[in-house]
Amino acid sequence: MNFEEHDLVIIGGGPAGLAAAISAWEAGCRDILLVERDRMLGGILNQCIHDGFGLHTFKEALSGPEYAARYIEKLRDTGVEVLKQTMVLHLGEDRVLYLASRGSHRTLRARGVILAMGCRERPRGAISIPGTRPSGIFTAGAAQHLMNLENIMVGKRVCILGSGDIGLIMARRMTLEGASVAGVFEILPYSSGLSRNIQQCLNDYDIPLHLGTTVQKIHGSRRLEGVTVAQVGPDRCPLAGSERFVPCDTLLLSVGLIPENELSRDASISLDPQTNGPLVNSSFMTRVPGIFACGNVLHVHDLVDYVSQEAEEAGRCAAAWIGSPEGCAGDSILVLPGEGVRYTLPQKISSSGNTTLSLRVAAPCRNRSVTVRSGNRIVARKSLVHLHPAEMIRIPLEAKSLSGVHELEVVLQ
Amino acid sequence: MTLRELTCVVCPNGCPLKIVCTEDDPPRVESVEGHLCPRGIRWARQEVEAPQRTIASSVLVTEGEMPLASVRTDRPIPLEKIPPVMEEIRKVVLPAPLALGDVVLRNPAGTDCAVIVTRGVECCDRR
Repeated sequence: MNFEEHDLVIIGGGPAGLAAAISAWEAGCRDILLVERDRMLGGILNQCIHDGFGLHTFKEALSGPEYAARYIEKLRDTGVEVLKQTMVLHLGEDRVLYLASRGSHRTLRARGVILAMGCRERPRGAISIPGTRPSGIFTAGAAQHLMNLENIMVGKRVCILGSGDIGLIMARRMTLEGASVAGVFEILPYSSGLSRNIQQCLNDYDIPLHLGTTVQKIHGSRRLEGVTVAQVGPDRCPLAGSERFVPCDTLLLSVGLIPENELSRDASISLDPQTNGPLVNSSFMTRVPGIFACGNVLHVHDLVDYVSQEAEEAGRCAAAWIGSPEGCAGDSILVLPGEGVRYTLPQKISSSGNTTLSLRVAAPCRNRSVTVRSGNRIVARKSLVHLHPAEMIRIPLEAKSLSGVHELEVVLQ
Repeated sequence: MTLRELTCVVCPNGCPLKIVCTEDDPPRVESVEGHLCPRGIRWARQEVEAPQRTIASSVLVTEGEMPLASVRTDRPIPLEKIPPVMEEIRKVVLPAPLALGDVVLRNPAGTDCAVIVTRGVECCDRR
């Protein structure tokens, strides 16, 4: 079959796709197609109207749409072809893509593909809350979309389950728009949001945060009428006798994000059960040659600045691979998470170039050091005062420290 | 005297601060403990004595491709000014088009800030 051919196809026009497209163009790739399913570029940044984006990259506290606009403007100066309102329905191992948009369908083959599909929210079904199924239950991001883009106020009296950053941001947003937020309930004994957001989204508005507490039951027939909350024990099971009823018409869920890897599975790309994203090497190439991944589809980030940095690297590597697949670095060193570390990424690295490891710790702690070692040999170490699973840690590794190494372990000491 | 426990948000160290302050309104910081660097003391003073925030919201847009344009204050404003500033933002209705950076309000509620557009809205194409 004859297919339309392109050098590089990037799936997703959010922060990862934008940065990857720009850097691949700057690295010399001149035939790039960026595919976005929404009618505008920028992805989830468009609904994140609060400030705090770009502190690392631009040294300014921008809102999400402003951060996106910086990249969209830069993209305009390139020859990258952008297809909006277009969905990639299928990606094959052979890098053949089926694209659908209103009234048309295209099949094309790419020499390189960058996965930048982002992630989605865990819904009610994923955490199995018992009770009825009334209206008024939203994931925090869906409520954010309705309020900030569609001008639809989702409710008047709100409970929030999960203390992830989106939930905290929405607690403030709903309060400012006139709703009353009864409380944020978090099953873990610590919050999974940034300290800044606890202060500026909850404490500023006297919204209580109940740790070690979860929503046990949902009440209401047509519209939500309230939730039963209960404290949990160390096994995260509700403690009998601690139940109480909280009246509310709206429940927002901020209970985690899942990298959106349906297309990756189509292409038989191996995923890491810890990150729920593809296994990659230091070039951000997945186990399928020519298919790269970056941003939240690879692992969920807490800062968009890191998404952009990672995507820039992925874009550069993809352009280099398209130019000369043979000239690209191998991936001879296996990197494994050890004691106290939830995951590390990339899962395989090469000794021929510098690499930055991204990782998360398993539980909050203070004054520990993250050590990257090969047997008894310490390759890198970073001492940190404050370590939290919600905050990604990055450790640069120098190529010269990796000679002769076959396996690395990353541990907390 | 009251004790306030806050997490410093200046850098990723996230020092847990114990701040002793007076019961005046606004309170005055008497002592700070738990900081690793002098920025912690400065932050505690600012946060306890005169907290400031950048505030984001949306304004209604008529005849636009979207019903809302997102906006924010172009600088942090005193925490207690958030409700009156929000009150003024809520009254704003503007016709499209609006461009990124357009000023929709100047000195709302007597603050020294401007409220600026953070996502532009084009006119809707009428066909």
